[in-house]
Amino acid sequence: MSDMEETEGAEGAGVPAAPHRVIGTPPPSPRLLGSAPVAQEGSETALALVSDEEEFQEHIDGLPPDDPQVTVHGKRAERVVVACFLLTFIAGCGFVAAYVGLGVHTVDKTLRSNLALGLSMSVMFLALGLGALIWVRHLMPNVEVTQQRHDLRSDEKQRQATEAYFKEGTANSQFVKRPLVRRTLMLGTLPLLAAPVVLLRDLGPQPGTSLRHTVWSPGRRLLVQGTNQPITPAQFSAPGSMITIVPDGYEDDQDALTKAAVILIKFRPGELHIPTRHQGSTLVGTMNWTVDNIVAYSKICTHVGCPVALYEQTTHHILCPCHQSTFEATTGATVIFGPAARPLPQLPLTTDAQGYLVSKSDFTEPVGPSFWERG
Amino acid sequence: MSWINARRRRPVAGYAALLLGLVVVALVYGSLTSRGGVSQAAVGAQQDIKAGKDLFQATCSSCHGLEAQGTSQGPSLIGAGAAAVYFQMSTGRMPAKEVGAENERGPVTFTRRQIEDIAGYIDSLGGGPAIPAPEEVDPRKGDPGVGYELFSANCSQCHGFAGAGGALTYGKDAPALTAATPTQIYTAMLTGPEAMPVFADGALPPQAKRDIIAYITQTRVEPNPGGFSLGRTGPVTEGLVIFLGGMGFLVLISMWITVKRRDPKPTGPTGTEQKQP
Amino acid sequence: MSRPAVNSDTDFDVSKPLKGTAGWLDDRFGGARGVRTYLLRKVYPDHWSFLLGEIALYSFIILLLTGTFLSFFFVPSTTEVVYHGSYLKLDGIRMSEAYQSTLRISFDVRGGLLIRQIHHWAADLFVAALMIHMLRVFFTGAFRKPREVNWLIGIVLFSLALIEGLFGYSLPDDQLSGAGLRIFEGVLQGIPIVGTYLAYFLFGGPFPGHDIVPRMYIIHVLLVPGILLALIGAHIFIMFWQKHTQMPAKGNTERNVTGQPSYPYFVAKTSAWFMFIFGALALLATFAQINPIWLYGPYTPVAISSASQPDFYMGILEGSLRAMPAWEWNFLGHTVTFSVLIPFALPLGIVLGGAAFWPFFERWATGDKAYHHINDRPRNAPVRTGIGVAAITFYGVLWAEGANDVIADKLQIPLYTVTWIARVLTILGPIIAYVITKRVCLGLQRKDRNELLHGYESGIIRQLPDGEFIEVHQPVNEERLAVLEAKKVPALLPAPGSEDDNGVPAPSARGMLGKARAVANRAFAETIPVETDGHGNGHHGNGHEVTGEEHEAVGAPGSTALPPGESGEE
Repeated sequence: MSDMEETEGAEGAGVPAAPHRVIGTPPPSPRLLGSAPVAQEGSETALALVSDEEEFQEHIDGLPPDDPQVTVHGKRAERVVVACFLLTFIAGCGFVAAYVGLGVHTVDKTLRSNLALGLSMSVMFLALGLGALIWVRHLMPNVEVTQQRHDLRSDEKQRQATEAYFKEGTANSQFVKRPLVRRTLMLGTLPLLAAPVVLLRDLGPQPGTSLRHTVWSPGRRLLVQGTNQPITPAQFSAPGSMITIVPDGYEDDQDALTKAAVILIKFRPGELHIPTRHQGSTLVGTMNWTVDNIVAYSKICTHVGCPVALYEQTTHHILCPCHQSTFEATTGATVIFGPAARPLPQLPLTTDAQGYLVSKSDFTEPVGPSFWERG
Repeated sequence: MSWINARRRRPVAGYAALLLGLVVVALVYGSLTSRGGVSQAAVGAQQDIKAGKDLFQATCSSCHGLEAQGTSQGPSLIGAGAAAVYFQMSTGRMPAKEVGAENERGPVTFTRRQIEDIAGYIDSLGGGPAIPAPEEVDPRKGDPGVGYELFSANCSQCHGFAGAGGALTYGKDAPALTAATPTQIYTAMLTGPEAMPVFADGALPPQAKRDIIAYITQTRVEPNPGGFSLGRTGPVTEGLVIFLGGMGFLVLISMWITVKRRDPKPTGPTGTEQKQP
Repeated sequence: MSRPAVNSDTDFDVSKPLKGTAGWLDDRFGGARGVRTYLLRKVYPDHWSFLLGEIALYSFIILLLTGTFLSFFFVPSTTEVVYHGSYLKLDGIRMSEAYQSTLRISFDVRGGLLIRQIHHWAADLFVAALMIHMLRVFFTGAFRKPREVNWLIGIVLFSLALIEGLFGYSLPDDQLSGAGLRIFEGVLQGIPIVGTYLAYFLFGGPFPGHDIVPRMYIIHVLLVPGILLALIGAHIFIMFWQKHTQMPAKGNTERNVTGQPSYPYFVAKTSAWFMFIFGALALLATFAQINPIWLYGPYTPVAISSASQPDFYMGILEGSLRAMPAWEWNFLGHTVTFSVLIPFALPLGIVLGGAAFWPFFERWATGDKAYHHINDRPRNAPVRTGIGVAAITFYGVLWAEGANDVIADKLQIPLYTVTWIARVLTILGPIIAYVITKRVCLGLQRKDRNELLHGYESGIIRQLPDGEFIEVHQPVNEERLAVLEAKKVPALLPAPGSEDDNGVPAPSARGMLGKARAVANRAFAETIPVETDGHGNGHHGNGHEVTGEEHEAVGAPGSTALPPGESGEE
């Protein structure tokens, strides 16, 4: 669009209405004399003179607007659209009324409020959408436009001009010509790259050896989770029993419980066959750590740390519900299925002077998911 | 010709016949497999042990042995206790339909009186956990908050966070807790039926059990304020709903928005009409 | 040509306000022409599958709106409090402030539960729409030149949406999402060398710590939405600038785009679409309960539920973790746990990495450097469609495995059997899917070719003088012809070992990579050729004798049946 054409357009406001056809465009076929009203006086002139026609070609399908079919159809569609928008209004008022009128603070009232607010909101939006859709499909003319695509690629001259200017600018900056300037600039900005890493150092402590230990220690009582009561072997005497255990002093400490939760299981005489197991030189499993056929395993799965809580009395399987790692409880919680690669660590058990179950010591191997430094 | 006969060739007739057939089958099936349970009334003071023994030997001894000592088909019940008998029989799990299969809740063929008699007989053989009294299992005496903490640590891994049930290994499953009575819940915890572990009173005292019962009974009748519960099994059903329901509905709407308009065509000589295949 | 415009007799005259406000703005900014050609008259092609990306866009807007509401009430803190609020069942229970504030939103704020549910359903719909939109773009080849950058932006958008959703549903600190966070931490911890440091730095110490909720909050409400907004803006602008693709149709060429103008037609339609999406989400939030955190309870590391799944878009990761058999290496005091690392990195890495790499791979394999503004019909690109379906199968098997315990419970299949089936199908499934899909595509191409050569079955049965019944075929009309003929002939690269006239071996076929390229090229070039003379008659030049009778056979009255051997089967 050159400036000249736009100037003509401004002057053209006073020129009488141009003919339907713009010189240079093909004559419209009878079918294309579409359904819409005649263009407003002057507007076609204005549009024609800025030659949108090169880029956009329109045609309209359907009957002329004064055709009785179109008028009847339009009136019917209009009624539907109006009804939709009125419904929107009513639903909107309903929403406000429900908000003002219905309170919450109990489960039942929340149900009623949610239903009323949600229903009125849904009707509001759906009716609005429906009305708009019918409007565009049945009231507006059926226009189809074809727009020309321009080349996305710049033309060769422009590319060369840009390249030349960039080269010239680079040469003028002497960035290439003076290597010392360039290199010291890069050197100067180098520490900035390290800054984000350095600044984030205090996000958290270093792991150190903290992953190797839990809060279990010699003589710490086993408490039943939920009741927080200690337990004696006599109280846990029914074979097939299972219960969740937390350490005394850390009943509500989530950070500690993430590694210290324990599952306690009681077996019949002769069922337990825990082999004496070492990791390196460290003892990690033995029958000596059981009391009265009661065994304590870490409740933290060695796969990715979910509580491995599902115990089947009949099969002696401890199943983790997250990814179905399965451990055989009678042989030291060895893995028999699933992605866990290591048995559940065993907590050494004994009894204290009052007869309550206590830990002999901390777990002798790290609890929970594997990590690089685990060993 | 009757009214129905006159309409027998209509297209809707086939669907109506099918629907009628389905309804009839459903009614017949439903009446034949009633899921009755045992009422929550007080346990009878005097169980008739002699009657219980007779019933036992007539129905149960074929698998459990004449003295309840056990056979290859069923375990010994000596020491199992009245609570175990009550749970198994009042939920219809016993008498078992199949040896070795996982027993599920089913229709109950004995009266409460009969079950208590058999329970009394088994109790007389070797003792064991007793059937709790009604006030021991009264949910109103339990704290559902404490019950929540106990349930989530010991029960939800099998039964689901809201008691909707869950899968175990080798085809077993932990049942949903929607139908169990407070006494059944109590006796199940006490005796550890089948794969379920035992939660004896030493580890989980009666008050703790009552708290758990309060939690279960309150949760299962609690309304869902957000709409239909979608099974209370978590995001799996939510994902199904968003794809099949949400995206499905929206794809249909998008097709409506963009379908080609069929405006009425001019009927005069203007324009050629080209039929679409 | 005439165009629809204002009828000054009956319509409201917009000239005055237009000249007023618009004139004021134009005086200061200019752009009357730009507004007209780039905004008001811009052409939007009309195909239903082009609306799928808008579902994602409008869901995102709804997420912003509802999320802002929620942020006025949510407390991103893990400070422990004892609950004494409206949800009586949990009275006296210890929980984090984050969980308590979510209970407050659900039960103590009018409309709070509704907005919370719309927000969560919109998040699910956002990711679902992204998936379906990505698949549409893939199967129609709309990622080809010049749209590769937009494709890559889309992949980044999808990845960010996953993280956004993961952190979003983990904010309330409930039992289910807390278990997911624990899994996330366990996976991080297992990364070699830096894993424990990464985990401790992100969580501010051992799990769960007190920093993770506030950090997730800021990432969820500020960082990721900011990047998403910027990338969505870029994505839409690029689409705007390059103009949308269009489906093959009569009059559609690589040099034009046909559809409806933006004002008022597309504006009206897209506004209606937005209303429908919002309405659908509101309906879901009214009738389908989602994320009932009061039933899950506050998070504690001691408890877990059966049927613990993350939101569906994490399903592939969850399923990979479940399907993976145990595998760990211990050496020299170090442990590398492949049980965790492989599921974490490999499946999603293959899918997203493969998707990102695909436009460039396809270009390399086909040697096709042309611009493509007309979409492919999926059947006309059998290898691409086949690999797409194979990828869907791979993704889908692992996604289903993520729900293996629910499947085992509801469908009464033993638990381990489901996992074993998933393990086998993860490898076999995609291979079988590829083979079947490719054959189906080629079969559909044959069907198209038959339709072109012999016309479509008109449903009219005619009896010939000798008593034989035939079905009359009609030639396809112009619109259908344009669609059927819009199939490009794939280019064949020179084969390995071939030489040009001077004896120089073809550069593209040299070496190992060249041989691989040739193999890929042959696969991509397999197609059912359609040779037409432009009039819907394809009999010339394919080796069959053409007679005047046979031409009349197509649709003419009193015609004879097709001669034997002209079945069109290859």
